Amino acid sequence: MEDLLNYIGENMEMIYFLVLAILLGVEVISNVPAILHTPLMSGANAIHGVVVVGAIIVMLQASPDNYLALSVGFLAVIVGTLNVIGGFVVTDRMLEMFKKKPKKS
Amino acid sequence: MSLNILEISYLIASLTFIVGLKMLSHPDSARKGNLIAAAGMLIAIIATLTLFQDFDEDKMLNYALIFGGLIIGTFIGTIMAKKVQMTAMPQMVSFFNGMGGACAALIAIIEYQHHQHTTVTGFDGELLVMLLGLLIGSVSFSGSMIAYGKLEGKIKDKVLPMNQAINMILLGAIVVLIIYQLFAESTPLEFYILLGLALVYGVLFVMPIGGADMPVVISLLNSFTGMAAAFGGFLYDNKAMLTGGILVGSAGTILTILMCNAMNRSLTNVLLGAFGGATGGQPKSQTGDQTVREISISDTAVLLSYSQNVVIVPGYGLAVAQAQHTCHELEKLLEEKGVEVNYAIHPVAGRMPGHMNVLLAEADVPYEKLQEMEEINPKLANADVVVVIGANDVVNPAAKNDPSSPIYGMPILEVDQAKNIIILKRGMSAGYAGIENELFFYPKTRMLFGDAKDSLQKLTAEVKEV
Repeated sequence: MEDLLNYIGENMEMIYFLVLAILLGVEVISNVPAILHTPLMSGANAIHGVVVVGAIIVMLQASPDNYLALSVGFLAVIVGTLNVIGGFVVTDRMLEMFKKKPKKS
Repeated sequence: MSLNILEISYLIASLTFIVGLKMLSHPDSARKGNLIAAAGMLIAIIATLTLFQDFDEDKMLNYALIFGGLIIGTFIGTIMAKKVQMTAMPQMVSFFNGMGGACAALIAIIEYQHHQHTTVTGFDGELLVMLLGLLIGSVSFSGSMIAYGKLEGKIKDKVLPMNQAINMILLGAIVVLIIYQLFAESTPLEFYILLGLALVYGVLFVMPIGGADMPVVISLLNSFTGMAAAFGGFLYDNKAMLTGGILVGSAGTILTILMCNAMNRSLTNVLLGAFGGATGGQPKSQTGDQTVREISISDTAVLLSYSQNVVIVPGYGLAVAQAQHTCHELEKLLEEKGVEVNYAIHPVAGRMPGHMNVLLAEADVPYEKLQEMEEINPKLANADVVVVIGANDVVNPAAKNDPSSPIYGMPILEVDQAKNIIILKRGMSAGYAGIENELFFYPKTRMLFGDAKDSLQKLTAEVKEV
């Protein structure tokens, strides 16, 4: 129990950050029109592709003779990049369809 | 010095994610918002590559692999995203989401290897974050792949006997394993069992859910991947990952709930498949005393050509048949004949909310012709003909009249007000709600059976002749 409390104490800054970010996410998304649900979902999908940064960090930390870590990390970088690039490109394509068309609220 | 620049870059990236997401939720700024978030992502990746410092061993091989991975991922991702059909958008989103989940799970696997050498006694917060990242990432990956397969039509809806019970047992086992690993000595065996269980859970979780509920599930899995990414951020004390991940996690959860609301269903309802999934496939055959009346292609063509005001209600069937271009052609032809044609768009028409607008926009249907539900409902009584193409539940009057109906209370397009109703449909099967549509038996309703695209093509040819 004490270890748990210690861990929380040590990471208090991150936990605050986490809680605020959760509330921010809720706030940012409220009142979105149904017409944008699909592009928004897809755009959000691309944003969580930021996980690829973690994959890069893992690779940068791996020692060059740890082949298991290197190959798993390599795979992680590929799939993470797929998530980021695919997500943003697909979202852009969808939103492109709406261009030059008058806005309706 | 460079570490500070790295932190500042992450701050900028976090800001672009917030601003981008905000802009994505408004029609005017959505495209720009997407680009801003993408720019932030680029900053985060480049900053990590150039400024992240750990120890100074020779890392040439690592760099080569990282760049190789980035190039391969970019190449495949761009091609897939550029080539995909607009109608296949939901499964594409699901696929990319699964990739993100896989990435989070793979990171957890490597970190675990790393962690093994630095075992701590007692409660181990780092391990908890790692296990949660692994768990959520894997569930998101396997679940998204099943969702992808289902939407592609490669995997059929299947409900195992006792599916819910098995899921509960699996979930219980997962929780027990996590707690055990946290407090007892953690060994790789349990870690990999956990990985396996999480993958199986993801499959069984999505398997019983009906095709029409898939958008809700994709949205939910999307927020799962967000959470998995956030755990990664926690692990590395990386604020960009944390903001990006958790923003999507919480925004995705809200979006999921909004979608459920648009269908007047609760999330539990969708997940447990209270109606839908399990029964959606089999039409109920209690229509003995009621008869539907068919209409021929040529009669439809004549009726449409001599109307003044036609409203088209596009639905799931139109999306599946990829008939939006043909539909637009028919609309243009009728307009040339002096018929006023409009589209009535239900918020959840298509395969995802807002998907129908994207599909019709792709086929160059003028934006003014797409009318939202609130806008068109009062005008439907003036319509000479309403053509319902592959929509079912969104026009079911039971949502208004029948308190015992499962969809009672769901906002619908009131097409029953129109003078004539023509319904294009493959057969008499019920919609995803698995309930009969009394609209089909109304005296002013005619059915035009067949594949939506095929029927529309024939109809277009016929209208030309009239």
